[in-house]
Amino acid sequence: MTKLNINGTDIDVAADGDMPLLWAVRDIAGMTGTKYGCGVGLCGACTVHVDGVAKRSCQMTVKEAMGTSVTTIEGLDQNGEHRVQQAWRDLNVPQCGFCQSGQIMQAASLLAENPKPTDDEILEAMSGNVCRCGCYQRIVAAVRLASTGS
Amino acid sequence: MLKYLDQIHTPIAKTLSVQKVSRRAFLGTSAAFAVAVFAAPRADAFPTWETGGTAMPNGLVDDPMVFVSIDEDGTVNLVAHRSEMGTGSRTTLPMIMADEMEADWARVNIIQAEGDEPKYGNQNTDGSRSLRHHIQAARKIGGSVRTMLAQAAAAEWGVPVDQVVVSNHMVSHGSKSLGFGDLAAKAMALPVPAHEDIAYKPEDAFRYIGKGEVQITDLRDITTGEAVYGADVTLPGMKVATVARPPVVGGKAISFDADAAMAVPGVVAVHELPYSIPPAGFAPLGGIAVVADNTYAAIQGRDALKVTWEGGPHAGYNTETFMADMVAETEKPGVVLREQGDPDAAFAKAAKVFTRTYTQDHMAHIPMEPPAALANFTGNAMEIWAPVQSPYQARQDAAKAVGLDEANVRVNVTLLGGGFGRKSKADYVTEAALLSQAVKAPVRVQWTREDDIHHSFYHTASAERIEAALDDAGKVIGWRHNSVAPSILSTFAPDGGNQFFIETGMGHVDLPFDIPNVRMDNGKALAHTRIGWFRAVSNVPRAWAIGSFVGELAHDQGKDQRTMWLDLIGTPRTVDPVAEGYPENFWDYGEPYAEFPIRTGKLINVLNMAADGIGYGKSLPDWEGIGLAVHRSFVSYVAVAARVKIINGKVTVPEMHMAIDCGYAANPERIESQLQGAAVMGMTVAQHSGITFKDGAVEQSNFYDYDVARSTNYPNNVHVHIVPYGFDEHPTGVGEPGLPPVSPAIANAIFEAQGKRLRHIPMGETI
Repeated sequence: MTKLNINGTDIDVAADGDMPLLWAVRDIAGMTGTKYGCGVGLCGACTVHVDGVAKRSCQMTVKEAMGTSVTTIEGLDQNGEHRVQQAWRDLNVPQCGFCQSGQIMQAASLLAENPKPTDDEILEAMSGNVCRCGCYQRIVAAVRLASTGS
Repeated sequence: MLKYLDQIHTPIAKTLSVQKVSRRAFLGTSAAFAVAVFAAPRADAFPTWETGGTAMPNGLVDDPMVFVSIDEDGTVNLVAHRSEMGTGSRTTLPMIMADEMEADWARVNIIQAEGDEPKYGNQNTDGSRSLRHHIQAARKIGGSVRTMLAQAAAAEWGVPVDQVVVSNHMVSHGSKSLGFGDLAAKAMALPVPAHEDIAYKPEDAFRYIGKGEVQITDLRDITTGEAVYGADVTLPGMKVATVARPPVVGGKAISFDADAAMAVPGVVAVHELPYSIPPAGFAPLGGIAVVADNTYAAIQGRDALKVTWEGGPHAGYNTETFMADMVAETEKPGVVLREQGDPDAAFAKAAKVFTRTYTQDHMAHIPMEPPAALANFTGNAMEIWAPVQSPYQARQDAAKAVGLDEANVRVNVTLLGGGFGRKSKADYVTEAALLSQAVKAPVRVQWTREDDIHHSFYHTASAERIEAALDDAGKVIGWRHNSVAPSILSTFAPDGGNQFFIETGMGHVDLPFDIPNVRMDNGKALAHTRIGWFRAVSNVPRAWAIGSFVGELAHDQGKDQRTMWLDLIGTPRTVDPVAEGYPENFWDYGEPYAEFPIRTGKLINVLNMAADGIGYGKSLPDWEGIGLAVHRSFVSYVAVAARVKIINGKVTVPEMHMAIDCGYAANPERIESQLQGAAVMGMTVAQHSGITFKDGAVEQSNFYDYDVARSTNYPNNVHVHIVPYGFDEHPTGVGEPGLPPVSPAIANAIFEAQGKRLRHIPMGETI
């Protein structure tokens, strides 16, 4: 039995070690906040934190994730009140919402690493997260809001 | 969480919170003084108007008993019957009901309707119609319930109903007051009042309508990962399937290795689905399905199939030659759709004829959520969970496919992770239905991104040739426009190669310029793939062509773009389609023309708002330019002013102003977000989105060769200007009309910045 630590809990995942973490999180652990968007690491919808750093869960296998601490959108903050989540609400960022958990996980990782990013650093850090509805203007503003409070 | 009514057919998905709504209510305890907002009958506060909504399949329903129930604790349950794909209709229509009802939004619970148009009215969430068609019904529903609550309270207290005040979830008379929950049982048993007997709120008493302060109902769930999309519903014993579909539309498998797929751990079945070739509506393409315990196994199993395909009749489809053929077709006379004045004479006597041709590749919608659907066929019934724009059509298609009466099929609508027209066509739902029937288990069909790009219902490819005849003074006296593109109709009927009236009504025959001699014609182009509608549909290539042409003509005539546009539009007028030679079957987005006429003063107004907003005419640094475009679509008027800055050949848009006249703006905040989104999608259309075919198969596969605008290069500083109106200025469309004018505005700005004229989209990010 393979054990993964997801959101602070050890979960048995009876999964092929080569299975992408994305599918283990969604299909086996049953946490559906992490989304499938492309499967090739180019859209960011599946972004989770592995040991606190944003990773594309479609590009990491279960084997590679063993022994790490995986955080999904469901575990970003116990009460769903991470400052990035709050900023997303304050600025009414989402349209369809599908990419937003990945966007939020990416932004939270950026701010953990670099609490006061420049505008260019924000744009660069978020460039791997596609939003087909086109919410970028508000996404960037929300990252800035979460960073600076304004 | 998504909530549905009466969800009793099958085991309930673990991720769905389900509640049965009771209309029974009991007297509550708390009561508070409510301030009077209005009391006397005021049906004149809401004069109604006719829309095309009544002519849609299953029309409009304004029965509060269908849409509203009130719990004993006062919770107001409101049904959202349109699909939510990001436009905000799941919030805005219930918000309108709540406001007119005087319900406190904090005590409203939204229930997503299942696909049932005879019950709810038309649910086909498409054509920018949700507010345009349903806003009046929503207001009537709210007003009816508020009136019934007042009547129930009046009867309870023995006082005249017009002395009862309903305000913010409380009903009061003097010192007496009751909550909605207290009155619900009696109120909801009363007859529904006629429109004339409802005391509608005056507009200045609106709490939510027109304010833009109500946040979308799923905002918290979206930001915590709790929101439920198509692939997020799970049933006990559920299997996951992927399908290997023919790379060429109409193709078939010659051979495949089912044993190899079955050897993959977790794969439980391989099943061949029946094939289809257009015209087949939304029927699945067919192919080989691999059914497995989880998505990974289903994908691995499919990879192991090693299918050999036969191409079929469309295996000769090659974009390069097809585009050249379409361009050649524009140079021959086509079927004449609109003839006004004497265009031949105008061109014969012209001092100058100015001709340009513009082209566009196919596009795929690629919503962030690839198609996915769950079906549970249980022998004599079936239940489906799916992200669908048209749940009733999906239900009918799926029922037919498995041989069930639609009465025994239920379609629950999840949130849509984007739609853009792709999720109107529920081939993926029918696949899930067929597979659930075949393997006798609940089956979720999951499309990969490659599936989505390879097997879409594509936005058409097009060639548009426009000619202007100018007199000695440079006045345009004649206009000809031959538009050639494979038709959406080919998906539904044998292909004659010509456009049909819905397509020709989208920016072609309805050219709103004041030109005395006009001919619009349409040359033939046969479809060799599944053609479908994509956000804004035929307006995208037409606005691209017309808007770019106006920019080119302006330069040729030594005028600025604004002057050129204003010269062509002429003095403000309401277009008389008969006098201007429009076809008899002219389609005004399905609306009664008298209520939604083409008013060119609105074009002028939005053009000036956008141009003034960006400071059109100001001097700019080198490598910068401003482009203008304006277009009417979905009975709305949108202008775009784009400032382009070219950095080492890379086209960037540091500023854009968009102005929209969409009639009354019920939810300005979502209108702004839709237009900001249209700016980004327009940038993608302009720079990135090109689907091309080789030997009948799509050449692109995923974001590495079908990319979209990203945070590193999207239109920054998009300012949205909304023309303000009162409620009676008929709301029009919002979801789609922002898109068409974006790409021509960018192209015109590129020309201003560097003198390069681009006539094909996608034009690339670097020029």
